Amino acid sequence: MLARLASPRTGGLLALAVVIALLPLALSNKYFYDVAILVGLNAIVCIGLNLLIGYAGQISLGHAGFFGLGAYGSAVLASRYGWPPLAALLATTGAVAMLAYVVGRPILRLRGHYLAMATLGLGIIIFMIISTEDKFTGGPDGISVVPFSVAGFALQGERVWYWVVGALLLVAVWLGLNLIESPTGRALRALHSSEVGAEVVGINAAEHKLMVFVVSAVFASVAGSLAAHYSGFVTPSKVTFLHSIELVTMVVFGGLASTFGAVVGAVVLTTLPQLLAAFEDYEMMVFGAVMIGTMIFLPRGVVPSLARLLRPRRAGGAAGKDSLA
Amino acid sequence: MSMMQVEALGKKFGGLNAVEDLSFEIPAGSVYSIIGPNGAGKTTLLNLLTGVYRPSSGRIRFDGQDLSGRAPHEFARHGIARTFQNLQVFFNMSALENVMVGRYLQERCGLASALLRFPRLARAERACREEAAELMRYVGLQDWLTAASDAMPYGALKRLEIARALATKPKLMLLDEPAAGLNPTEALALDDLIGRLAGRGVTVVLVEHNMKLVMGVSDQILVLDYGRKLAEGSAQAVRNDPKVIEAYLGSEIAHGAAYGEDIARAVAVAAEMHR
Repeated sequence: MLARLASPRTGGLLALAVVIALLPLALSNKYFYDVAILVGLNAIVCIGLNLLIGYAGQISLGHAGFFGLGAYGSAVLASRYGWPPLAALLATTGAVAMLAYVVGRPILRLRGHYLAMATLGLGIIIFMIISTEDKFTGGPDGISVVPFSVAGFALQGERVWYWVVGALLLVAVWLGLNLIESPTGRALRALHSSEVGAEVVGINAAEHKLMVFVVSAVFASVAGSLAAHYSGFVTPSKVTFLHSIELVTMVVFGGLASTFGAVVGAVVLTTLPQLLAAFEDYEMMVFGAVMIGTMIFLPRGVVPSLARLLRPRRAGGAAGKDSLA
Repeated sequence: MSMMQVEALGKKFGGLNAVEDLSFEIPAGSVYSIIGPNGAGKTTLLNLLTGVYRPSSGRIRFDGQDLSGRAPHEFARHGIARTFQNLQVFFNMSALENVMVGRYLQERCGLASALLRFPRLARAERACREEAAELMRYVGLQDWLTAASDAMPYGALKRLEIARALATKPKLMLLDEPAAGLNPTEALALDDLIGRLAGRGVTVVLVEHNMKLVMGVSDQILVLDYGRKLAEGSAQAVRNDPKVIEAYLGSEIAHGAAYGEDIARAVAVAAEMHR
């Protein structure tokens, strides 16, 4: 039982739940709650993106596009057409999943830099559509969004949203950990390491890449929908290429192929700009310096580097070497 | 009965015929070896037989079904497994997980089941872990059950690939130079392992440079030269074939060793000297 509690899976989930439960003690005003909610939503996107980048080894520089489609889909359906927010969220999520499937099929045949360029292009096309179709989206001015409500109960106020996002973040982490430890997750990690090695044991690499691309798009889209309802307003700024880069940076900073790393990356890189806002002129400079420092000193990302430092040395490897040599 | 039939198989790279007009049959339950000088097209042939390359011409039938032009994962689904000369170990996973990946075809589950970790999946995972450990013991990796794959030496990694391939429960298993880079003791253990595989009813295709291993373990040998069939037959027939001696063995062991048994002995001596 104790061993189970100490495992990265159960122990990690528990630790995260405790942090989420106790954090409000330190959140003294609305602004802090606001930052915490933003962190949670970014973390959900990053968990999905990490499944794609960290585990399956496929890059996407267009995930702000899926986040934006989620946000605008919910905004347009719920606010312009008066759909119930939950129905709008579900319909939007379904549509984004379908889009990711249709677009992912041809572009996931590409590798490395080519895939990066294709997903970059996808993100830019989504941004262009959102910022020019002002009849629906309000264009650069943005669009206001009705509060989220289910069965007559409206989600309003930072405190309520904090608990909702906190709970969803736990669910997202749980889903991510489950997927990675399943046969499907092993297939993703395998094709990351050797595509031909994965294929010859029966893994359809193309199908798995497509599947994880769709899953990661869905995570981003749901977070986008929630962000729109929470803030009550969306503008194209969250759909930009720069935001896609921020998301990838969070994943890489926290640690590729680490679900908790994705969360840590989102926490640090979402709060850092807020802390640095005090000396605004130097914000980007300090941000850049932190990034460069991490890449040089912790290239695996924060969480895997720390885990490696803390892990006890195993006896099995050394003993085995002697007996086989 | 033949397990795999290859008819007029060809593979072109640009203007070069890496494999040309090759026909042969692999009998079920046998150890079938493919030998030939460097660049004879052995690895190309293995890649064709596992779907890694698409043939430019010809057909591959397995268990009566035409698999020509299919993807490698479909070859695997029909019961064909392989190892690689240049290892394709999943270094981002533990040794045990590498073998567990090999059980993908039996363990695979839907996305919902994977995301929500239904109790049935959790149970299957435990069974999968145990069977993978069992296979690791079977190939002699009992000391590496908890090892990270990137901490293992070359010889152990070669066995790990065999365990992973076995985990797919193959009918046909293709080994690409399993003895390359092994010391004579390890090569001997490999000889024993191949014998046990065949004893399990797995048909084995062996591509190998180690003549001692090939001559000892093979039921039938195919000799390639410039992508074409030079000879085919039992170890005895092949090593007494003058064409083979000239094209292959003659060039490999240039001095001294003349015919027949002498060649195997010369290789054994050379191997001893390398120790």
